[in-house]
Amino acid sequence: MTDNANTNNVVDEYQKTKNKEELKGHLISFAMMIVATLIAFGIVASGVMGKIYAIPVLVLLAVVQVAFQFYYFMHLKEKGNSMTALLIYGGIWAAALTVTGLGAITWW
Amino acid sequence: MSHHDVLHPETLPAEPEKATLEGRNKYLGFWFFLGGETVLFASLFGTYISLRNSTADGPSAHDMFGLDLVFIMTILLLTSSLTSVYAMYHMKNNAFKKMMLWLGITGLLGLGFLSLEIYEFTHYITEYGFTFRSSAFGSAFYTLVGFHGGHVTFGILWLASLMIRNAKRGLNLYNAPKFNTFSLYWHFIDVVWVFVFTVVYLMGKVG
Repeated sequence: MTDNANTNNVVDEYQKTKNKEELKGHLISFAMMIVATLIAFGIVASGVMGKIYAIPVLVLLAVVQVAFQFYYFMHLKEKGNSMTALLIYGGIWAAALTVTGLGAITWW
Repeated sequence: MSHHDVLHPETLPAEPEKATLEGRNKYLGFWFFLGGETVLFASLFGTYISLRNSTADGPSAHDMFGLDLVFIMTILLLTSSLTSVYAMYHMKNNAFKKMMLWLGITGLLGLGFLSLEIYEFTHYITEYGFTFRSSAFGSAFYTLVGFHGGHVTFGILWLASLMIRNAKRGLNLYNAPKFNTFSLYWHFIDVVWVFVFTVVYLMGKVG
């Protein structure tokens, strides 16, 4: 990374192309998120699915969207982010336990 | 090289937000914070799921919630997540003005979202008399959704102060991590909203 501090224009162009490719990936993941949102709202607005099917599908669509945010928009898929990924997985794990715990207490 | 030269190189490195030790530490520390935020929101979601049917004969989710407004809010916030991606794209290309422009658009979309949320809350209060004190459902709803709205408000103020303070500084290795940290925060707010619209509004409408 320090080598890049004195880059010439050639490397700069390379970097720009790389950034552009990354942006393309982001645009695709944004389109996927919009599609997931449309499907989710569509399911509820049209009422095509019964409650028992609709809720798991809605939750699944939310999880898919969040995965896109984390992995693409927030760069978790990139190399050298294992520690940051570990931190957020820890948070998600504790979050899942919290929601399951509170849900279980109410249900039973 | 003096301290100033280190932070203001001729050409910006590939990842300006992580080129300094402070930048790397900030990045890691902020993810640690986001892990904690995840747990905070999880407890609010868990509480909401537990109490969402405890309406005390007051208005229920199914009675009040409309999908149109929530859909527009969702699109506004989702788009603002993309515009902050654009801002970070221009940051990596060392295009300061373009970065500021996209950050400005991000802030405006956030403001749009916030205005609609305030309108929504006012609507529930005036039309249905649905307040924080109406029922356990009311308390859980306003706490969860309000906490998210509070995060949006905080984010807009954060962004505004970042933009004003750095307006004349240009982009350098000192402030690049600051902009990047804000961008991460903003994506996270969007992540939380995905669950808010799914769990609160869509699942509320389904029953």
